[in-house]
Amino acid sequence: MRLPNITRGLLAVIALLLLPVAPSSAGKTLDQVRQRAQLVCGVSTGVIGFSSADSQGRWSGLDVDVCRAIAAAVLNDPNKVKYVPLNAQQRFTALQSGEVDLLSRNTTWTLTRDASLGLTFTAITYYDGQGFLVPKKLKLTSAKQLKNAEICVQSGTTTEKNLSDWFKAQGIKIKPVVFEKFEASIKAFFSGRCQAYTTDASALAFIRSKEAPRPDDYAILPELISKEPLGPVVRRGDDEWFAIVKWVIFALIEAEEYGVTQANLEQMKASTDPAIQRLLGRAEDSGKLLGLERDWAARAVKAVGNYGEIFQRNVGSASPLKLPRGVNALWNKGGLMYAPPVR
Amino acid sequence: MQGRRGRDLALQALLAAALLAALWWLLDVTAANMAERGIRSGFDFLKEPAGFAIGESLLPFDAADSTLWALAAGLANTLRVALPAIIISTLLGTLIGLGRLSPNLLLRGLCTAYVETLRNVPLLLQLLAWYFVVTDLLPLASEALQLAPHVFLSKSGLSVPWPAGGALFDLPLRGEMGIAGGAALTPEFLALLLGLSLYTAAYVAETVRAGIQSVPRGQSDAGRALGLTRVQLFRLVLLPQALRSIIPPLTNQQLSLTKNASLAVAIGYPDLVSVANTTLNQTGRAAECIALIMAVYLILSLLTAWLSAWLERRTGRWAQRS
Repeated sequence: MRLPNITRGLLAVIALLLLPVAPSSAGKTLDQVRQRAQLVCGVSTGVIGFSSADSQGRWSGLDVDVCRAIAAAVLNDPNKVKYVPLNAQQRFTALQSGEVDLLSRNTTWTLTRDASLGLTFTAITYYDGQGFLVPKKLKLTSAKQLKNAEICVQSGTTTEKNLSDWFKAQGIKIKPVVFEKFEASIKAFFSGRCQAYTTDASALAFIRSKEAPRPDDYAILPELISKEPLGPVVRRGDDEWFAIVKWVIFALIEAEEYGVTQANLEQMKASTDPAIQRLLGRAEDSGKLLGLERDWAARAVKAVGNYGEIFQRNVGSASPLKLPRGVNALWNKGGLMYAPPVR
Repeated sequence: MQGRRGRDLALQALLAAALLAALWWLLDVTAANMAERGIRSGFDFLKEPAGFAIGESLLPFDAADSTLWALAAGLANTLRVALPAIIISTLLGTLIGLGRLSPNLLLRGLCTAYVETLRNVPLLLQLLAWYFVVTDLLPLASEALQLAPHVFLSKSGLSVPWPAGGALFDLPLRGEMGIAGGAALTPEFLALLLGLSLYTAAYVAETVRAGIQSVPRGQSDAGRALGLTRVQLFRLVLLPQALRSIIPPLTNQQLSLTKNASLAVAIGYPDLVSVANTTLNQTGRAAECIALIMAVYLILSLLTAWLSAWLERRTGRWAQRS
C-alpha cells in the first residue's frame, strides 16, 4: 500500500536493468511477435473511447483497434493481442524495457518524448486539445475568466505543463490541485473543490455526460489551450517494426479516403481503381516491402474497418462520446487526417 | 583469538566489496542499456525550468523556477505535513495509550475501540474518506463561511491573513472565483494531517501501553508502599523506565508516518512524490526521479533514527539519575 508509485516505478526500472546487454537488431520485434503469435500492446488503464475493458475483460476503443489492425496485418488474427494496462508513469518504461511491442495509449507526441526517451512516435491517430469543464453556476464564458481559480487535474500527462504555460501567457494566476487517480480528481471536482476541471477535450465530453451528477449543470469552455496529437509509439532502432505500425495506420486512413469499408471489402477487391488494387494487394505486392503478407492492408480493414469506421464506433456518433469529426476528418473533407500514398 | 578476529574482518571486507561491486555492475548495466536504447540519462534536467505550477507551497515557487526547486518545494510540503502530524500523533497516542490502562471501563473501552478500528483500516482508504468528508461538508468557495474578519472557511480550505512584508498583511477577500489572497490551509492538507495523525496515534497508543506494562509489577507495588500518589508513581517510577522501551518503536512509527505522507498524491496534496511524479512525466527520467525520491526518504529516515538514538541516550541518563 505504501509508496505504490515508487514500487511500480522501481519494478519497471528493474525490468530495464535486467535486459540483456546485447543490442536489438533490426526486425527483432516482428520476429518476436510472430514467434509468440501474439502482439503485446500497451494501453491505458481505462479511457472510454480509446482503451477500456468491459466487465468480461474485453478491450475496446480507438487505441485498441489500432492494436487489432496491426495484429490482423501481422498475424492474420485481430484477437491475437495481449493488452497490458499501463498508467502514465509506467508507459514509457514498459515500452523501453520491451514489456510491450507497441504503446497505443492516447499519448501526446512532443519533442522531448520523441527525442530523449529512446522511442519513436509513428503516426497521429487522433488530434486532441486540452479544454476546461466548469459549473454553469459560475457563469463563465471563457477560460480567461479563471483568475485565481483552483483547477482539478490528473497528474502524469502533458496537462499540467499546458495549464501553467497558457495561464502564464495570459498573465493569470491559477492553483492546480493535482490528483494521481482519475476517479479522485473527478470526485473532487464534482464535489465543488475546484472551479474548473481540465484534461483533453475528448475526455471532457465523456466526463460531462457520464460522470456529472447533472450534466446540464456543467459546460465545456470554448478554448482549447494546447495541441495534443495522440498516436502509437514504438522503440527506436527497429525501423522495420516502425514502418509496419506507421503503414498499417496510413492504410486505415487511405481505406477511408477510397471508400473501402469493412462491409464492402470483398466487392472492393474487384475494383478496377489502381489505388484500391494496390491498397488491397491486388496489384503490386506492397506487403513484401514491409515484411508482411500481400493482403496486409485488407486484413487490417477486415478486422476493424477503415479509420472513419473506427472513429465513429469508438468516439464518434455511434459511441457514447458523440465527438464530432472536427480536425480528425480526412484532409479532403476539411480535417487533418492525411496518409502518404500506399504505393 | 587474534587470528579469528582478523579472519572475521577480512570476511566482512570481502562481503562489503562484493556488495559494492554488485551495485556498480547494476548501475553500469542500467546505464549501458539506456545508452544503447538512446534514452537520455543524467540529472541535468534538475537545472531546467520546471514548467508546471504547484498548488500550494511553503517555499515561493513559480513555474519558471528550476526542477530542483520544485522538488525542494515538494519536500518542504512533505515536512510541512509530517512534522505537525508527528507531534499530534505522539501526544494523542500517548493519551490514548494511557486511556487503555485506565481503571475506568468506559474510557478503556473507547480507547481500545479507537486503536482497533484505526489500525485495521488501510490508511489510503482513511485518507480518501477524510478528504471526501471534508470537501463534501464545507460550503462552495463562492459561498464561503466568514468566521472572523478576513477568515474564511470553504471547500478551498481555511483562508487566513498572512504577513506580506513589513507591517502589511495579505488579506483574503471574496473574489469572483471564491477566496483570493491570504494563506490557506487546503482540504488536501487538512485531510492528510488528520488522517496521518489519527492513524499513527493508534500505533503510538499501543507502543505506550506496552512500554508502561513492560515495567515489572513490583516497581509500582514498591512505589505505592512508599506512599507515592498515582501521579508521582507514574512520573517518578513508571515513565522513566517505560520510556526506554517506548522510544525505539515510537521512532519506527514516526518514520512510517513520514513515508506514509507520500500517499498525499492520492488526495491531491503536492508532496515530494507528487512533484517527482509530475517531473518524471514531463522529463521521462524515470530512473533518476525514483533514485532521487529514494535518496530523500533514506536521508529523512537516517536523520530520524539519529535523533532517536540521541533521545535514547538522553532518557537513559535521565532514568539513571531519577
